[in-house]
Amino acid sequence: MGITQVLFWFLSIMAILSAILVVISKNPVHSVLWLIVVFVAISGHYILLDAQFLAIVNLIVYAGAIMVLFLFVFMLMNLNMETEPQKNRWLKIAGVIAGGSLLLVLVAALKRADLKMQIAEMGSGDIGLIHNLGLSLFHDYVIPFEVSSVLFLSAMVGVVVIGKKE
Amino acid sequence: MPINYYIFLAVTLFCIGVAGVLTRRNAIIIFMCVELMLNAVNLLLVAFSKMQFHALGKVNPQAGIDAQLFVFFIMVVAAAEVSVGLAIIVMMYRNTHSIDVNFLNRLKH
Repeated sequence: MGITQVLFWFLSIMAILSAILVVISKNPVHSVLWLIVVFVAISGHYILLDAQFLAIVNLIVYAGAIMVLFLFVFMLMNLNMETEPQKNRWLKIAGVIAGGSLLLVLVAALKRADLKMQIAEMGSGDIGLIHNLGLSLFHDYVIPFEVSSVLFLSAMVGVVVIGKKE
Repeated sequence: MPINYYIFLAVTLFCIGVAGVLTRRNAIIIFMCVELMLNAVNLLLVAFSKMQFHALGKVNPQAGIDAQLFVFFIMVVAAAEVSVGLAIIVMMYRNTHSIDVNFLNRLKH
C-alpha cells in the first residue's frame, strides 16, 4: 500500500468522523470547528487528486471566510445550550433512519455499477493548476464568470436590505 | 484510486449531511449540514474530472477541466448563498430571539 493509499484512507476516515461529530456535538461552536476539519480533509483530497487551485480556494473560501462568518454569527447571538430545546427523541431516530436509508439505497444502487476500469488518476496531469484553469475560465467561461459577479452584487444588496433595521 | 471509493465517500458525507438536516433544530447547524452536502458533491465532481482525464487525457490534455471550473462556480454560488442565508437567520433571531426552526412554522399562516 503506497503513501497515496494511506493518505486517501486517512483523509476519508478523518472526513467521515468529523462529519459525524458536526452532527452530534451539542455545542454549536464545536460543530463549526469540526466542520473546518472536514473541509481541511476535503482539501487534502483535492491535493491528492492534483486539483491544487481548488484545494487552496476551498481552504481560503470555506475553511477561512465562510466558517469565520458562521463563528461570527454564533458569537453575535450569544447562544447557550440550555436554552436550545432538543428535538423529540423519536424524531431524531426517524431522521437518522431516513438518512441511513438514503445511504443504503444509494450504495446498493451504485455497488453493481460497472466501474472497475474507471480510475481517478492521481499524481499526474496538470489540469488543476491555476494556469490551465485560468485560461479555460477566461476563454470559454467568460460569460458565466461575469454573471457570477452580478450574482455577488445582488447577494450583497440583498444582505443589506434584509439586515437593515426597519 | 478506483472511482468507486470516491463515490462511496461522497455518498456517505452527503447522507451524514441529510441526517444532520433532519435531526437538528438549530438553524445554523442545519445550514452547516447543507454546506457539508455541497462539499461532498464538489469532491465527487473533482474525482470525476480526474476520471475523465484518465480516460481521455492521452487524446486531449485538457480533458476534465470543465468539471473543476464547475466546482469553482459552485463555490462562488455557495459563498453568495451563505451570506444571504446568514442574514436571514440573523433577522429571524432579531425578531424571535431564537434560531429554532420549529418557530418558523409561523410562515404557514
